[in-house]
Amino acid sequence: MDIAIIDYPGGNIRSVDNALKRLGFHARLTADPAVLTSADKVLFPGVGAAGATMKHLRSTGLDKVICGLKQPVLGICVGMQVLCSWSEEDSVECLGVFPQQVQRFPDREGLKVPHMGWNQVGGKYGGEGAFAYYVHSYYAPFGEYTVASSVYGDRFSAVLEKDNFLACQFHPEKSGAWGASFLKKFLES
Amino acid sequence: MLMKRIIPCLDVDKGRTVKGINFVGLRDAGDPVELAMKYRDSGADELMFLDITATHEKRKTVSALARKVSAVLDIPFTIGGGIRSLEDAAALLEAGADKISINSAAVKRPELIREIAERFGRQFVVLAVDARWEKEEWYVYLNGGRLRTETRLLDWVQEGEALGAGEIMLTSMDHDGTKQGFAIEQLRRVSQLCGIPLIASGGAGNAAHFLEVFREAGVDAALAAGIFHFGELSIPALKNYLIGEGVAIRPVNIEETWN
Repeated sequence: MDIAIIDYPGGNIRSVDNALKRLGFHARLTADPAVLTSADKVLFPGVGAAGATMKHLRSTGLDKVICGLKQPVLGICVGMQVLCSWSEEDSVECLGVFPQQVQRFPDREGLKVPHMGWNQVGGKYGGEGAFAYYVHSYYAPFGEYTVASSVYGDRFSAVLEKDNFLACQFHPEKSGAWGASFLKKFLES
Repeated sequence: MLMKRIIPCLDVDKGRTVKGINFVGLRDAGDPVELAMKYRDSGADELMFLDITATHEKRKTVSALARKVSAVLDIPFTIGGGIRSLEDAAALLEAGADKISINSAAVKRPELIREIAERFGRQFVVLAVDARWEKEEWYVYLNGGRLRTETRLLDWVQEGEALGAGEIMLTSMDHDGTKQGFAIEQLRRVSQLCGIPLIASGGAGNAAHFLEVFREAGVDAALAAGIFHFGELSIPALKNYLIGEGVAIRPVNIEETWN
């Protein structure tokens, strides 16, 4: 199977690549549109800010490449957030695959931001032993394409799914055995 | 619901774990990678590596460590100890570290926090602070608690948060090594003052101390070294105790569900 990881500055590319290797998959780290378009599966990881990420994707034309992908795509963390239509972080227009906005956790007593640590996931990929590791200050509210969710203050989207696009707010590459099983399901789907 | 985190801390010198470590079934207690996996399997939520290497080769050995750990470990880890520049931080990010902790270098040049946070995101920056009670006030200490500063703890943590720290790890010099419990009052004050997560460090001697620090001080995570390394308290026993007391804790041995 031909797996591509979108390579761009600010992505936690190595961690995701390591997680795939542990599962016995080999991935290509690439920003080449031809390689991305022809891959069987595409992973779109990310840490860092939505504004800087979008700026980079636009300047390199990767924005159009990503939106045009027809094979299964998995967006992770900021990768998920920029697949939405707009982010409050840097007030930036995003890729619009998921027609919903991304907002900051509210300034609320006892609600530390970033939301950092392990939180239970409920819904399609969730269950009793489903704990995912999160690190984020912005989130996609529960919406039309939310298939799994977690609660921090309010219930928010843990996983979004629409057509060939899957996206998770948590870091499956850092979520122990459960995270590995989530990645494996995507790679073997 | 967000879980409270249990974080074992490993001291590393020239790529080897130091301080006596007494783990049943460990082939090489000096191998940080083997130890990291052992802790991961026993239910640690996150790991902290404190690099105490004092040679010119430091940046190279600590990056090599991050690379090896990140290849095998599927939970987050932080590396700290002697990170002085944006370049040091960049090398560790590239090697696969999830976070770095900075301490003395940030006190000497607070802008370092902002520089690293702006470049790599605030989630990458843990501000480690060592503090001691003195004349009705806590003061920040440097160089592993050997050098006193005129900086007041409660001022410094707020400044650190404003500059871009994503998390604070607070070690009480008064409690560290005593095994008499965490510095509850100090931690509670900092937790109330800061809007970012707080890791309690220093003083853990038994499971009840962890319950106390989560309940009374409102911290997000608790870190310990000695009691875990010497086998005085196992992470599964600690976690089961805390779960029984109603603390939100990620259970141990949940793998079975997913295999």
